[in-house]
Amino acid sequence: MKRINSPILLTFVRYLPLAIIALAWELAPRIGLVSPDLLPAFSTIIADGFALFGDPEIYGHAGASLYRALSGLGVAIVFGIAAGVMMAWFKPVRVVLNPIVQMFYPMPKSALIPVMIIWLGIGSASKIVLIFLGCMLPVVISAYNGARGVDHIYIWSARSLGASRREVLWDIILPAAMPQILNGVRTALAICFVLLVSSELLISTEGLGFLIGVLGENGVYPTMFFVIFIVIAMGFFADRVYLFFSKRALSWLD
Amino acid sequence: MARLEDVGNLSTDRESPLLARAAGMVSTGLSKVGSIIVLLAAWEILAHTDLVTPFLLPAFSVVVERIAADMAGGDWFTNIGLSLYRAVVGFLAAAVIGVPLGILMARRMSIRWFFDPVVSVGFPAPKIAFLPIFILWFDLFDTSKIVMIAFNAIFPIVAASWAGTFTVDKHLIWSARSLGANEREILNEVILPAAMPQILTGLQIALPISMIVALVTEFLMGGRGLGGAMIEAQRFGDSPGVFAGIVSIAIAGMVLIKSLEYIRRRLLAWHPETEALTA
Repeated sequence: MKRINSPILLTFVRYLPLAIIALAWELAPRIGLVSPDLLPAFSTIIADGFALFGDPEIYGHAGASLYRALSGLGVAIVFGIAAGVMMAWFKPVRVVLNPIVQMFYPMPKSALIPVMIIWLGIGSASKIVLIFLGCMLPVVISAYNGARGVDHIYIWSARSLGASRREVLWDIILPAAMPQILNGVRTALAICFVLLVSSELLISTEGLGFLIGVLGENGVYPTMFFVIFIVIAMGFFADRVYLFFSKRALSWLD
Repeated sequence: MARLEDVGNLSTDRESPLLARAAGMVSTGLSKVGSIIVLLAAWEILAHTDLVTPFLLPAFSVVVERIAADMAGGDWFTNIGLSLYRAVVGFLAAAVIGVPLGILMARRMSIRWFFDPVVSVGFPAPKIAFLPIFILWFDLFDTSKIVMIAFNAIFPIVAASWAGTFTVDKHLIWSARSLGANEREILNEVILPAAMPQILTGLQIALPISMIVALVTEFLMGGRGLGGAMIEAQRFGDSPGVFAGIVSIAIAGMVLIKSLEYIRRRLLAWHPETEALTA
């Protein structure tokens, strides 16, 4: 087979199957293979969906969801990196935190949704704390493993060249642990969207998950499908954009 | 699963690895049990202080009493049985479809071409958003829950089976073929055993996902099970009921994960990773 060189063509060939699925989706309800009530034609979903953009309400829901996801994830990244590096750096911190991390890591964070509602109500706070808890552990563990795996020779060299402990932390340990930390954050990014949607679907007064639930209950299926597309696309593009920037951030690696 | 600490324990005592291993197991076991006890004690003490109300954090002893009462009434067994049934059926369906699909993706270019973008879009996507669609298609009962569980669990299984098969040493396959093995024998005797550790890792990732999704679908749709019982307790402000659900799901999840680890050790008894554990 001839190698495809053009990157645009390559992307086209790569994602062609998705277009085929969309085409099958369009045809199946149109030729009567499935009822349009169960599966609205693809074009209907897109047409009804674009009407949604004229309504300012959608931006409010999207904004609420983004605010919850980003603040929960952001705080989790900051705390997670700090906790993970401290665990690798100071033994007392490790002795206290390690068993707690090990115990809570396998526990499904979604199980905490009802507790969050009891503690913090049905507004944004319960979602943000849930996302924070769910996203923090993968970051802690990756930061801990990354910082722990730093070659001691680098630390000794820096120390013998007169670096202070703070300088060693900022200039040696954090950069060396960065690849692992960035990986952990990627896991957290996926978890954040799952927790966001499940908690908003369950109980909320705004947000894209809430919108999906309301549209489903009212039988506005084409629009509901479209909002689901938006959420899936947000998850996908967040992952891609993240991957792009983390590759740039690691360009100093060989 | 092998942990880094275990490896560390193995290498510290050269003279008597068996003893060191046993001592290491006992000490990690003790420290684990110890930390759980400390945490539960902290929970109990915190709940009895004035810092929190019993509504926000019921004492651990109250939660245990609640579980015991539910067990005596029989509800607990019905609910945990329902949740486990949904999770395990969904998980098995995902495994039965996902493992062959992953292997085919590694072996057949056309199948890889078709499913690669589907997997790379679907894997990180919050698939729970499809729940209203599944309710529309499969009703509110077990089917929609099980389909949603399988739909979430299948992605790590496909990805792991694909990666495991793809990285099988080509020389092994060529050698088997030059010794006269046909495609079926190569699959059964070479590819499957060589890819088995990664396939099992995929299953080990998918199993907790199945439990979580079972719980979340029960939260969202009711239909009893642990999740249904928890969300009902939450609606009535019955916080011991909510925490009883969390403790139960933690125990059930632990038992499932440990059983899969046991199966892994049995299936991979021939593999160096198991020898390293038991040597």
